[in-house]
Parts: sequence; C-alpha cells; structure tokens
Amino acid sequence: MLETLLNEIPRFFTYYNIVFLLKALFATFLLSALGCIIGSVLGFLIAVGRNTTSRILMPLRAALIIYTEMFRRIPFLVTLMLAFFVFQALNWDLPMFSVALVTVCVIGTAFIAEIVRSGFESVHDNQWDAAYAMNFSYLQTLRYVVVPQAWKVILPPVFSFFILFIKDTALASQIGVLELTYAGKVMNNKGFSATLVFGTILVLYFSLSYPLAKFGQRLEKKLAPARNR
Amino acid sequence: MQLDFSAIWGHFPYLLGGAWISLQVAFLAFAGGMLLGLIFASLQAFGNRVARRCVNGYIGFFMNTPQLVQIYFIFFALPEIGVLMTPYEAVLLGMTLNAGAYLAEIQRAGFESVQVTEMEAAETMGFSRIQSIRYVIVPHIIKVLFPPLSNQYIIMTLGTSMAAIFGLEELTGRAFNINSETFRSVEIFTVTAGVYIAITFLATLSLALIGRYGFRAKMRLF
Amino acid sequence: MPQLEIVNLKASYGGQTVLEDINMAVEKGETISLIGPSGSGKSTLLRVLTGLLPPISGHIVLDGKKIDYNNKAQVQELRRHMAIVFQQYNLFQNMSVMKNVTIAPIKIRGRPKKEVMEYATQLLERVGLADKHDAYPDELSGGQKQRVAIARALALRPDIILLDEVTAALDPELVNEVLDVVRLMASQGMTMFIVSHEMAFVREVSAKVVFMAGGHVVEVGTPEQIFDRPTQQRTKDFVGKILRH
Repeated sequence: MLETLLNEIPRFFTYYNIVFLLKALFATFLLSALGCIIGSVLGFLIAVGRNTTSRILMPLRAALIIYTEMFRRIPFLVTLMLAFFVFQALNWDLPMFSVALVTVCVIGTAFIAEIVRSGFESVHDNQWDAAYAMNFSYLQTLRYVVVPQAWKVILPPVFSFFILFIKDTALASQIGVLELTYAGKVMNNKGFSATLVFGTILVLYFSLSYPLAKFGQRLEKKLAPARNR
Repeated sequence: MQLDFSAIWGHFPYLLGGAWISLQVAFLAFAGGMLLGLIFASLQAFGNRVARRCVNGYIGFFMNTPQLVQIYFIFFALPEIGVLMTPYEAVLLGMTLNAGAYLAEIQRAGFESVQVTEMEAAETMGFSRIQSIRYVIVPHIIKVLFPPLSNQYIIMTLGTSMAAIFGLEELTGRAFNINSETFRSVEIFTVTAGVYIAITFLATLSLALIGRYGFRAKMRLF
Repeated sequence: MPQLEIVNLKASYGGQTVLEDINMAVEKGETISLIGPSGSGKSTLLRVLTGLLPPISGHIVLDGKKIDYNNKAQVQELRRHMAIVFQQYNLFQNMSVMKNVTIAPIKIRGRPKKEVMEYATQLLERVGLADKHDAYPDELSGGQKQRVAIARALALRPDIILLDEVTAALDPELVNEVLDVVRLMASQGMTMFIVSHEMAFVREVSAKVVFMAGGHVVEVGTPEQIFDRPTQQRTKDFVGKILRH
C-alpha cells in the first residue's frame, strides 16, 4: 500500500496539479474572507439598527432580530441549497461561486451581527448616559464613544469566526464551486489514491487555518490587556 | 417564482423523522466525543510531555480541518488500507473524532477552572481526597461545563446536516430525497430550514432550563 | 421670574411611580440641595431634568420657555443650558482628559476648536488638573475623574449645573478636593442643583434645601429651617438620624 502511495506521489505533485490545488485553496480563502468582510459591514449595520430604541423603528428591529436568529440556526448546507434553488427558480444564471458567496455573506452577516451586538453591550450604560446628556445623537455616540471602545471586544471573535468559516466553505463543494474540497474530489475521481488526495487536502486546510489561528491568539492577547484597562 | 407548499405537506412526517435521526447521531457523536475528550483532557492535565504533545497535535489537527473532509478521508481513504465502513459508520466516526477535539478543549477549561481554594477548604473541613472530588469538584465542574457543552451539542446537531452528502437519512438527507421526488426545491429546503430552527430552539430552551434549574448553571434562556 | 420652574413632574420607572407631583422654583444663581433617604427620587429627578428619563406628566419652564420632554427639539435646547455631573463620573474611557472636556463643544455644538481648547485649559487649571491634559480616565483617581467630569460639564457653559451625588463614590480623603471645586462654582454665581449626603457641605453652600422622600417633596426651606427647625415629622426623623453622628 505504501509502495503504491510513494509511486503516485510524483504523478500527483505535478506543477499543474499543485497550481490547481493552490488555486482551489485561494478560492476557499477568498470565499471565507469575502464572506467575513461583507458580513462585518452588514453585521455592523444590523447591530446598529438593532440597538435603536425608538418605537417607530420596532418593525425594523423585529426583522433584524428574526434575520440574525434564523441564519445562525440553519446548517450551512441547507442555506446553500436554499440559495442555489432560489436563484434557479428566479432564472438567474449565476456562477456557482456567486451562489456560495451569497450564502457565506448571508450567514456571516448573521453571526457577526451578534458579535457586534455583544461588543456594543460590553460598553457600560453610563457612557451612553453621559453622551446623551450632552446632546450626542445615537449615531454620534456610536461614532465617538461606543465603537472606539467596542471594537477591541469585537475583533477577536470575528477573527475566530473567520477561521471557523474556512471549514464551512468545504460544503460549497456540493454545488460544484472549485474550492479545496471540490478539488480533492476531482483529483480522487481522476484515479489518485484517496489517502494521498484527501490527506493532502487536509494538510492544505491545516496550513491555512493553523497560522491564522495562532495569529488570532496573539491578536486576542494584544487587545485583551487593553480591555482590562 | 411559483411556490406550492401543498405538494410537500404529505412528506412532512417523513421529514420530521429525519430530525429525530439528526438528534440521535449528534447525541452519539457527542457521547463518544465526551469520552475521548475526557481522556485527552486528563492526559493534558496529568500526562507526560510526549502524551501532551500528541494530544495537542490531535486537537490542533481536528480543529483546523473541516469535518466534511475528515469524513471523506475516513470513507474513501481508509478502504485503501482495508478498513471498510458503511456511510453511517464513517459519518459517526468522523463526527466523534472531531467532537473529541472540541470537547477535550472544553473539558480542559473545566479542569483548569477548579480552584485550589476549594480543595483546601474541603480538606480543612475533613473531606478525604475522594470526597472532595465527589462533593466539591465535580459539582463545580458540571456547573461550569454545562453551558459550553450545551452549545457544542447544538452546533453538532447542525453539523449532522453534512451526513446527507453520504446518503444518510437524517433531516437534510430526507430533504434531498423529497426534493428528488417532488422537485419543489425552494419549498422543501425552506421547510427544512424551519425544522432546524425549531429543533435548535427547543434544544436550546430545554438545555437552558435543565442547566438553570438542575445545575444552577448560568444559562441564557434564549 | 425664577430661572427654572418645575411643574407637576411625575415619573415612573419599571412600572413603579418614582416621582410624584414635583414642584419647585429656582432663582438664578441659587444653589439648591436635594436631600433624603435612598430611593427617595433625588437622583431620578436629576435624570428626568436632563432628559434621560421622560416624565409621564408635567413639564419645566426654563427662563420663561416651556420645555416639554416629549419634544426632542426642546430637550436638545434644554441641554444647551443645563449640564449634569454623574456620581460615577461617566467619563469617556476611550478619550484623554482634554478630549473628554472638548469633544461636546467641538463636535456637538460646533464651536471653533481653538476657543474650546483654550477654555478647556482654563477649566482644567481651575479644577486643579492642569498637568493631566493627556491622561486617560483609567490613569486617574476617583477625585481627579470627578473633577474632570465637572470641567467637562462647565465646558458646555451651562446656565444650570446638576450634581448627582458627586462625592458618594469617592474615598473619604478625595471628597474635599471635589467639594472645593463645587464651593468655587457656588461662589461664582452658578445655578446649581446638588444631590448629596454631605450634610455639612449642603448646609454651607445651599440657599435652599429640599427634603424628598418616597418620590415626593416633603419640605423645602433654608438650611437652618430644615436642619434646625424642621416642621414635617418625616423631615424631623431624617434630620435627627443623620445629625446624630
């Protein structure tokens, strides 16, 4: 068994295959990164909207709450299928990467909205009181007082989520997006040994995720002492 | 886009049966994972350097790679060395090994939260080592661990959805089946999403109630 | 004409009525102290006055203009004339002392930066913190933080200033440095509403003392009247208890 494996290695690690796998790795990274960047922007907006208190905005708040609670409780695969079939039903002929991108953005937004909301809550009420008493508007308070304090509490969990999300993107292989897992299936179907193929894929995922995780730990340590100021 | 939910209501009981399977698979993987996690956490706490390195390596590997690919490896690669498994076995093994890593980390945090002061207090009150562990440490650890473990179980229940890829007839798997019969895709997956939301809500609520009133753990009811 | 009139103010919080039928008149330059047991509504009254808790009914009249707390524009106008100093100082943790003092006049009021900074420097000198411009709140002691909070309120050039138990959260040795600043403000003719437990101080600086209990105004009078010759039984009980030590 080991012999066949060793024989396959030179055939497997050709320049073409390596480039193929690296492109797929990049697609995985891109999917997750874009999902988190867009998710951060939209999630931030959702948290800002959710935090309002006026009665007129209550329907908006209800909608935002429903959105965040929903998409954190549906498995990635199901959301992906939903996106796929909705676009199909609307006759929108989107590339699969876009369908997956929409899915990651929708899910990322929901999770990050929750993280941002926690971040806002970590800022003491008295900061809001002082600001309002001096005629700061809601948005001014966010801009000058709350966000400068909250971002340190928000960034580490968002980064953690990003790393977690990389693993979820593996499911995008189910609709044919050329990310890392799909690349593995392609190689396996070409006849290469599954051990070699999926072993390599696992190593590639690890080599993407582990350094980011270490960086995330350092990031958290750097921001945490500031939190206890 | 025309939506027709009537076509799938007949299949609803079948779909719902899948939810029960999902919960079971998650539970089995959770139980196996807890056992693994306990062993790993103990090795981390009491083992020698080699043992600790191995455990950390295992945990690092399983936490930094996708569960789907782990299962692919088990299902497609293991047969190459003669280990054949049914899809169900492969999924269960994959989920269990994966869970073992996460649950090891959670349990390790629990171990580390034990206060020396509690042990000292127990000792000065006349508790023997075993009694201290039974009456002071264990209740404390259960209380500290219940929230993150509950959360992990919910995450795992959502994670069972990828078993559909291997043909298992849990909730998502059944959705795929119904879809291939009725082709009412948007409706099916909307309802499936709804069922996942419902079971996670129920599970979260039940666990929160058990946690709050059974163990006095700090649980958010929502 | 009184500078500020409080008319039939009523407020509730968490389903309970916390302020009932509050009526008061304050002349320009007067220092009025609110005293009373915990939960009597003193701090709540200040919060209502500054617009942080909308009253159920009632209004105030400021310099002859009626302020309805349900009218956002009027509340904003009110806050241009009234500033509050909180018990917990409520300084902005992410800003230096100078930024804390100058941000509202510059960003909210739109005053020219140079003018605001010059005035802020003067104020910080006046409260004895000239050398702390660039310090951050978590580097300061409680007394210093409170003095920054006062400077911050004064930077808004208010006509009326509200002081909500400004020494209650301080270690005893830090209380006097804050009281000195308050004394200075009183002597310079600032209209002030003080909620305090420091009875000796209250007696010294107040023109009028208002005793509150259970959300009501029980008795109003000069310090001598309230402390030496209270007429209401409730007042007598309270004054008797606090003056015994």
